[in-house]
Amino acid sequence: MNIVVVIRQVPDLIEPLEVDSSGTSLDLGSASFIVNESDDHALEQAILLKESHGAKVTVVALDFGEVDNTLYAAAAKGADRIVKVPLDGDPPHPPAAAAMLAEAIKPLGADLVLAGVQAHNELEGVLAPLLASELGLPYVGVIRGVKPGANGGTVVVCKEFPGAVMAQLSVRLPAVLGILGAEQAPRYVPVSRIRAAMKSTQFEEQAVAAPAAEPLVSIRRLYPPAPAARAEMLAGSETEVAARIAAILREKGLVK
Amino acid sequence: MSVQDVLVVAEVQRDALADVALELLSAARSITAATGGEVVALVLSADGARYAGRLAAADRVVLIDDPQLAAYAPGPYLAAIEEIVAAERPRAVLIGATSIGWDLAPMLAARLKAPMVAGATAIEVSNGELVVTSSFCGAKMLAEVGVAASPAVLMVLPGSFRPAAETGKGAVQSRTLSKPVDPGPIRFEQFILPQAGDVDITQQDILVAVGRGIQQKENVELAEQLAGVLGGAVCASRPVVDQGWLPATRQVGKSGMTVKPKLYLALGISGAPEHQEGMKGSDLIIAVNTDPNAPIFDFAHYGAEVDAVELLPALVEAVQAGG
Repeated sequence: MNIVVVIRQVPDLIEPLEVDSSGTSLDLGSASFIVNESDDHALEQAILLKESHGAKVTVVALDFGEVDNTLYAAAAKGADRIVKVPLDGDPPHPPAAAAMLAEAIKPLGADLVLAGVQAHNELEGVLAPLLASELGLPYVGVIRGVKPGANGGTVVVCKEFPGAVMAQLSVRLPAVLGILGAEQAPRYVPVSRIRAAMKSTQFEEQAVAAPAAEPLVSIRRLYPPAPAARAEMLAGSETEVAARIAAILREKGLVK
Repeated sequence: MSVQDVLVVAEVQRDALADVALELLSAARSITAATGGEVVALVLSADGARYAGRLAAADRVVLIDDPQLAAYAPGPYLAAIEEIVAAERPRAVLIGATSIGWDLAPMLAARLKAPMVAGATAIEVSNGELVVTSSFCGAKMLAEVGVAASPAVLMVLPGSFRPAAETGKGAVQSRTLSKPVDPGPIRFEQFILPQAGDVDITQQDILVAVGRGIQQKENVELAEQLAGVLGGAVCASRPVVDQGWLPATRQVGKSGMTVKPKLYLALGISGAPEHQEGMKGSDLIIAVNTDPNAPIFDFAHYGAEVDAVELLPALVEAVQAGG
């Protein structure tokens, strides 16, 4: 099976987010970036399929931020091929990103394209289903677990619903899946293996034209939410906070 | 039909109308109140008549009954919505940010080459343009998005609008599609229900909830100790379940369980909308997180900016010490 995995960089929400001087974009220069969590699960799912049933795994990413570090980690985990798509400027909005990634992915002849089901900074669309549309392939997302089907040319996936309920679906390939979670947590790779991958891995570049189409929506402004209410904050050390919480629980009759 | 109508995809999940459907009717009414037009609810199922009564706040309820729509598969659902959109030509299509909605909204927008906004929490009309407020970046940022073109496909966060209670005309129309529904390359096989035997967190009065801030699997045991002392159970946000530290039956949120305990003690949970959706009805929410900007402090009753792992043994001791 020929699997393509899409990997994105997103702002790390641990750091404060800033709005740039235009008032309509995040100030990406002040942000630090990490791999999009569900993309990391998509990669893990691909590697699991490779280990259990054999597959070639190609990772495709827009060349932005600290993506090289993420891609070397992907190679250390077992990705066979890394393709970077050069970017001129900041990452485009999801519809444009989907169009660019689709151009890079089309020549790869993928049986299965895996991408994270969402990224927290998606506003004007959702990449994975838009990518499927650009590729002319079927799509289903919110997937937790992928296995080869009994018949060749299919996979069986679990789509997550509320209440810990899963729907089992059969998917005829080629197809695009939006991965919520892999069958196991993304694996840890030691720094030594990443360093080794940095020496042995050659990135390929696949230049594609940025779409000329204007966005269909206009962002008027970005702003941090002003809370309608704020929790009553308990100050002090862990021991002092613990004593306050225990007292509150006693007042409410929740503990004796 | 009118180009000012707003179409609501009233989702049916496992033979039940999704609660978000009534919220979408309210959202749709907020648009038509300004623009005119009707609120039209669309039900895709094998037997839609039994859901129509709850959708009486719509001006019209359109039912498409087909055995292929009894359980969700993307192809038949998308084809059916696309045909109704072509017939109704609505100003906007509202879809809940649910497991199904995350598939359908972007795919529909792509098929129609229509504008789409994710994470919608409020909708206004200004000079004929829809202005959508959208929550993103884990609820740490809001965007005001103008959408001029029609139809606008808006994926609405559950819990953003009050469920519709008022009564519209609610005229029910059964439609048949122009051609037989093609099952397509993605086919439903079966539902897999959670294994019985684990704790039912929906029945617990006291929940100790752990998130990413619990740091490692071994620390879940600390939370178990506290839950034991409090007479409750441990539950989790999605990252903890993704790590395999707790089973999916303990997950609270959009894709997990909805809980309403007397106490929800959230340890190392940021409070993204997907988690909030599953626990906002709790009587008392106490949140512990080292990030002062964590959204959970905006809806918890009490909060503390301390390390949850450090707090846990101290809290066990404080509760055991008694008054």
